[in-house]
Amino acid sequence: MSQKEYTDISSIAGPLLVVEGVEGAKYEELVEVNVPGENKPRFGKVLDISKGRAVVQMFDNTSGMTADGTRARFRGETLKLGVSEDMLGRVFNGAGQVADGGPELIPEQRRDIAGEPINPFSREFPNDFIQTGIGSIDVMNTLVRGQKLPIFSGAGLPHARLAAQIARQATVKDGGEFAIVFATLGVSFEEAEYFRREFEEAGALERSVLFINTAADPVVERISTPRMALTTAEYLAYEKGKHVLVILTDLTNYCEALREVSAARKEVPGRRGYPGYLYTDLSTLYERAGRVKGKPGTITQIPILTMPDDDKTHPVPDLTGYITEGQFVISRELYRKGVFPPVDVQGSLSRLWAAGVGEGKTRADHSSLKDQLFASYATGREVRELAVVLGEASLDDTDRAHLKFAEEFEKQFVGQGEYENRSVEESLDIGWKLLSMLPKSSLKRVKPELIEKHMPKTKVEA
Amino acid sequence: MTNSQEKNTVKNTDIPGGVIDRVTGPLVRAHGMSEAKLYEVVKVSDEKLLGEIIELHGDVAAIQVYEETAGIGPGDPVFRTGRTMSVALAPGLLESIYDGVQRPLKAIEIAAGNHFIKRGIEADAVDMAKKWKFSPVVKVGDTVVEGDVLGEVQETSVIMHKVMVPPGEGGKVASIQSGEFDVTEEIATLTRADDSTASISMLQYWPIRKARPKISKIFPSEPLRTGGRSIDTFFPIAKGGAGCIPGPFGAGKTVTQQSIAKYCDAEIIVYIGCGERGNEMTEVLNEFPHLIDPNTGEPLMKRTILIANTSNMPVAAREASVYTGITIAEYYRDMGYNVALMADSTSRWAEAMREISGRLEEMPGEEGYPAYLSSRTAEFYERAGIVKALGSDGRIGSLTVIGAVSPPGGDLSEPVSQATLRVTKTFWSLDADLAYKKHFPSINWLTSYSLYAPNFEDFWAKEIAPDFADVRKKAMTLLEQESKLLEIVRLVGMESLSNGDRLVLKVAGMIREDFLFQNAFDPDDAYTPLKNQYGLLKSIMVFFEAGQAVVNKPDFDFKDFADMKSLAGYTDLKANTKATPEVYQSYQDEARAEINALA
Repeated sequence: MSQKEYTDISSIAGPLLVVEGVEGAKYEELVEVNVPGENKPRFGKVLDISKGRAVVQMFDNTSGMTADGTRARFRGETLKLGVSEDMLGRVFNGAGQVADGGPELIPEQRRDIAGEPINPFSREFPNDFIQTGIGSIDVMNTLVRGQKLPIFSGAGLPHARLAAQIARQATVKDGGEFAIVFATLGVSFEEAEYFRREFEEAGALERSVLFINTAADPVVERISTPRMALTTAEYLAYEKGKHVLVILTDLTNYCEALREVSAARKEVPGRRGYPGYLYTDLSTLYERAGRVKGKPGTITQIPILTMPDDDKTHPVPDLTGYITEGQFVISRELYRKGVFPPVDVQGSLSRLWAAGVGEGKTRADHSSLKDQLFASYATGREVRELAVVLGEASLDDTDRAHLKFAEEFEKQFVGQGEYENRSVEESLDIGWKLLSMLPKSSLKRVKPELIEKHMPKTKVEA
Repeated sequence: MTNSQEKNTVKNTDIPGGVIDRVTGPLVRAHGMSEAKLYEVVKVSDEKLLGEIIELHGDVAAIQVYEETAGIGPGDPVFRTGRTMSVALAPGLLESIYDGVQRPLKAIEIAAGNHFIKRGIEADAVDMAKKWKFSPVVKVGDTVVEGDVLGEVQETSVIMHKVMVPPGEGGKVASIQSGEFDVTEEIATLTRADDSTASISMLQYWPIRKARPKISKIFPSEPLRTGGRSIDTFFPIAKGGAGCIPGPFGAGKTVTQQSIAKYCDAEIIVYIGCGERGNEMTEVLNEFPHLIDPNTGEPLMKRTILIANTSNMPVAAREASVYTGITIAEYYRDMGYNVALMADSTSRWAEAMREISGRLEEMPGEEGYPAYLSSRTAEFYERAGIVKALGSDGRIGSLTVIGAVSPPGGDLSEPVSQATLRVTKTFWSLDADLAYKKHFPSINWLTSYSLYAPNFEDFWAKEIAPDFADVRKKAMTLLEQESKLLEIVRLVGMESLSNGDRLVLKVAGMIREDFLFQNAFDPDDAYTPLKNQYGLLKSIMVFFEAGQAVVNKPDFDFKDFADMKSLAGYTDLKANTKATPEVYQSYQDEARAEINALA
């Protein structure tokens, strides 16, 4: 371990520090920086190391640092987090320090926060249905254990309430509850506090680990916060056999922190000033979800991000969508209509739905019913658009039935209470009830036997 | 020839080389490398991380490292190996799953002892100890040239591996063995023209960045049959062709690629998961051993090689993965097989190039991509083709390359899409709106194209039906008319349309919903043989032609169409995957009779 101190700081700019005369330092090595007049060190890591010169990216603020008198010490290891099962029920700040006034932790293990890529050959395909108690998710965009499925939201939309509802209600068939690892990245104090209270009220706090980085905390700290959360999750899942649900909010702030570091390094920017390696960087977070052979525990990830101006093609949601296994999109239109949770069922997608549904997992009719609901709702929405242009008078009976169906589907199927926990069977039955509004000849995706078996005999009048 | 010499260099000798000066991410600079050559493989630090020299300035080499570089620093050593980045080619490639630099992921799992990818692991690409039964097809005294088949090995139950004279070798067969051998044992010796002796084993190496040689390329004239209706009938790709699938996320690129990998009539599939999701590769690994190849009746895995360099695996190895894959594919092409290669996604490959280029501090081209993006892309796709392979027996092999492109925001004006479109001849345009409406495959029928289609007219006429090209063209015209008519409907409503126009809308709707819509998750629907595709489409078009004759009669009521039995019957026809030409014929006759009765 090289423990020599270096005092020749040639530049401090943004989150970067350039240290001269360095010998024996390694790439990604942890750097402890002591600022005169402060008794607690600040930390950073080596970003670029050449002979005699190291560029250090700070995890803390660089404000108040001086080129003279500041001492850098290379610690001979990468940034590690002490983890233990006692982290459950505790609150940490974005740098992984205890933040709930409780006692310090005695770590059972110290793990590198960068993690290692999972060998694709060692993965197990996720296929355990998670019941979130939310019909628009369970039936239409089924979540499975080990999946990474983000929430795409916008400013002013209730993504926090949806995420909290999922966290409160998520269960699997064998009845197991999830351990929750939750990290905030640059959100407001209120939002962070909202989650903490929700977990507390639902009695979920003792099975949760919270990492809180708010908007007031150092920007670059946000780059390591999600990694600490995921390191904790990996420990709980793969060492302690727990099923872990990781919620990260808000990834847009994380990407902005990355952009800040990249700009400070004067790198050639990709789209909208974000670094060209944003995709690779995001994948090192998102791909830390899944199931692996021979380990009972799993990691399911629900990252939340806000799309600037609701634009799905913005680099953050765009690159996220290319890595994650689908997305839940929050619809401003439905929210305005007063539907909760306002999940845009058409824009949302779960790539792994097929693995989680059917006989023995949910119900044999699930897949066909889902297809039919999608098709009928899409038709209903097309008719709605047509009706805006041409007037309702121009519609025929079938069209009108679809129009009415789309309305009721949004109201009764998508819409449910914030504290309503529907079993998947209940959700499926609501789907069948709504389909009975439509003429049978337009139900092409469900077989007649299924209609006979599941559709209520008393029809809902269109 | 340099290659045959290279083949004979011992694989794992590490020559002391230089010393590291600088580390930035996957890029390492080292001095003291004056004897190194460009694209030579090096081992970095005492951990022996695999790397490749990508630039030389005096005695300073820029090295891209295929593994995570944390903990590496100036002063660490660099070892040379003397060989360029190559793949091992031998029996045992099939059914394997490799990372981007041909290390078997299974071996990594065993060496690491856990489910994470550990660095610094060396693993043989193929099992060096396994004995294969080699049966010679030449005898002592025969004269062989490069590419000639010396003997055969049953590699899997469906694939006969041909052991070929490596490029650059040739001569009189001095000895040839028969029996069980591992891949490094000598199976033959050749007496070269200069009387020196060449020892031949079943294993040969080939540098990944260099296309394998062939005698000549042949103009592609036969389609690759995939069982996908919108692909095979509307936008076909040639055996030996190059195609691309661009589309925003969620549009179904991966599902389409996987469907083609599952059902196409190539004999060998190389599937490259380049910077994509880990679970997708797991899905392929889980499914392929159980799924049955409709063309051979054997599990799909028996003909498949997987390369998985997922998004979170080292970025430099991602850059190499497409070359590793295509070199292996060329090797099987040289045996005379039809090979199909899927690369999902080439955008991630381009991004890897961009990242390395940025760290090399090269002058960026468009959007930060290196200026050589389009030339590298073109070079890659140009390795596709139907070829006369090396050797004196005139073997013909083909390599079809299908690349997925992931344009940011689905915007095709970005550099990777544009570079790809210039060199591929089949373009399946995946459409976000169709995906939103859950119309899959979301191949847009107005913007997609296949420049190969005219080449296939003879093939279709001979193998499928004389009027195939005609039916296809008419159906495509209908879809185009539909899009124009829908504009009008949106403005002024359905009432303004004539009965003839309404018939166009009706039939175009059938083509879309009953022909183009195809459920990749339904095993019966996912694969439709070309003859059945024709039968289905022809049935729809018969409906249209018969309808045209009656709709323009003055007292015709369009509503009569809605109640027709033959319309309902079409659903059954579509579900009948074993329908014979007679079944389609009788359906068409019924539909015609029913429509004529309306008049």
